[in-house]
Amino acid sequence: MAYEKRFDGRAFEDTREIDAKAGVVKNADGSAWFKIGKTEAIAAVYGPREIYPRFKQNAKEGVLQCFYNMMPFSGMGDRVRPGGNRRSKEISMVITNALKPALDLSEYPNSAIDVFIELPKTDAGSRCASICAAAIALADAGIPMKDVVSAVAVGIVDGTVLVDLDYAEEAFEGEVADIPIAVIPSTGELTLLQMDGRISKDNLIKALELGKQVSLKISEVQKKALKEVYEVQNEN
Amino acid sequence: MKTEQKEHILDILDKGSRFDGRKFDEMRPVEVTYDISPNAEGSALVKIGNTEVMAGVKMSIEQPYPDTPENGNLSVNVELLPLSNPSFEPGPPSIDAIELARVIDRGIRESGCIDVKSLCIEPGKKVWTVFVDVCSINDDGNLKDAASLAAIAAIKNARFPEVVDGEVNYKKKTDKSVPLNGVPIEVTIVKLGNHFLVDPCPEEENVAEARLTLASLEDGTLCALQKGGQQPLTTEQIDKMIELSVTKAAELRSKL
Repeated sequence: MAYEKRFDGRAFEDTREIDAKAGVVKNADGSAWFKIGKTEAIAAVYGPREIYPRFKQNAKEGVLQCFYNMMPFSGMGDRVRPGGNRRSKEISMVITNALKPALDLSEYPNSAIDVFIELPKTDAGSRCASICAAAIALADAGIPMKDVVSAVAVGIVDGTVLVDLDYAEEAFEGEVADIPIAVIPSTGELTLLQMDGRISKDNLIKALELGKQVSLKISEVQKKALKEVYEVQNEN
Repeated sequence: MKTEQKEHILDILDKGSRFDGRKFDEMRPVEVTYDISPNAEGSALVKIGNTEVMAGVKMSIEQPYPDTPENGNLSVNVELLPLSNPSFEPGPPSIDAIELARVIDRGIRESGCIDVKSLCIEPGKKVWTVFVDVCSINDDGNLKDAASLAAIAAIKNARFPEVVDGEVNYKKKTDKSVPLNGVPIEVTIVKLGNHFLVDPCPEEENVAEARLTLASLEDGTLCALQKGGQQPLTTEQIDKMIELSVTKAAELRSKL
């Protein structure tokens, strides 16, 4: 039996409800909040600033360092022990790689651009929400970029290609593939591609095409958040 | 720079004004929002001016400590997130984060506001452990009072999860809250020259000579104390600071 109606009633090409806001952490050089369904991410950018330890510095361009962290009380189930683990380290690395291709850090040699991403509540899709928040925060911090990176999960549940799997769909006992992707919306290039599950090549390509379309919608929300902050300032 | 700023701050204090124009005993606007993280058993966001902290409670069933077989456990942890202040670094908790967590822990524990016996399920075998985690979002001074207020707000907001055959079902909360007798509130007073200030802004924190963090209950009973800063305090000064702290605690308690 194919998956014909989603557990929460959404259409297959619909994401959960999305919202975003820029400039949420006053101390930071740039910051943003991004919400998709019950998952929320807050990102704060500090930099360009000095980089420690010094061996990490690059004389040609600034170094982007992203730090993904779930708050201890954010997850479904047991408390998440603070201090990071193998999962958060890997996610921090893939987030950095997802954002870096859209940025031009050549003006910041020997410096760090630090992006701290905190998740107060999570319910599937936290790495994609983190990328969306971080991209808005980097733009808010004035880091030169060719576009604001968007991210969303695509995949397949019981034969049906869809976007933005929620917790119940990820946990579905049957054929499931969860494929988080990040996209540079203006070019359609992918900067993050991971997969958990099994899928045919044809369905994968179908899912990626769907993801690219949906990322344009997410991109609108991200850009709107930035405009809301800067248009108000222009009026003053 | 620091001495010049200190001279300036002291100078205007002598004229009766603070760095940001507040009265000596005036707090910035305080705001408490509950239920900010539905996966937690209880949660709260506290804002004091532009200072912002989140706190969440997770509860789990664990074995009691062998010396207190009938007592549940309380664990308070503070994360001074690098997101909230450019000088906070990622990595293991700093001494400031550890001190802050321990002072909040003492305020809650020693007040006796949580009856740890009521957290016992099966003596010697199963008790509830209440984890309180506080995370700073934006540090614009006085994280201490914001963090402790958020911690107690999250505990007030907490509801026990459902237990099915001895296993916790985190997807469903019961309507049973953590029984509280009293609400300890922490207020930090800083000393600058001959002046005592509540709710210090970062500029005042940086140059404060001494500080005293005090947790007190509704009836004025003190349940935790922590002196900080480089300079000593006389008993007369401590007396004044306690009075100010207890008065302000009542103000903060009314925000919960």
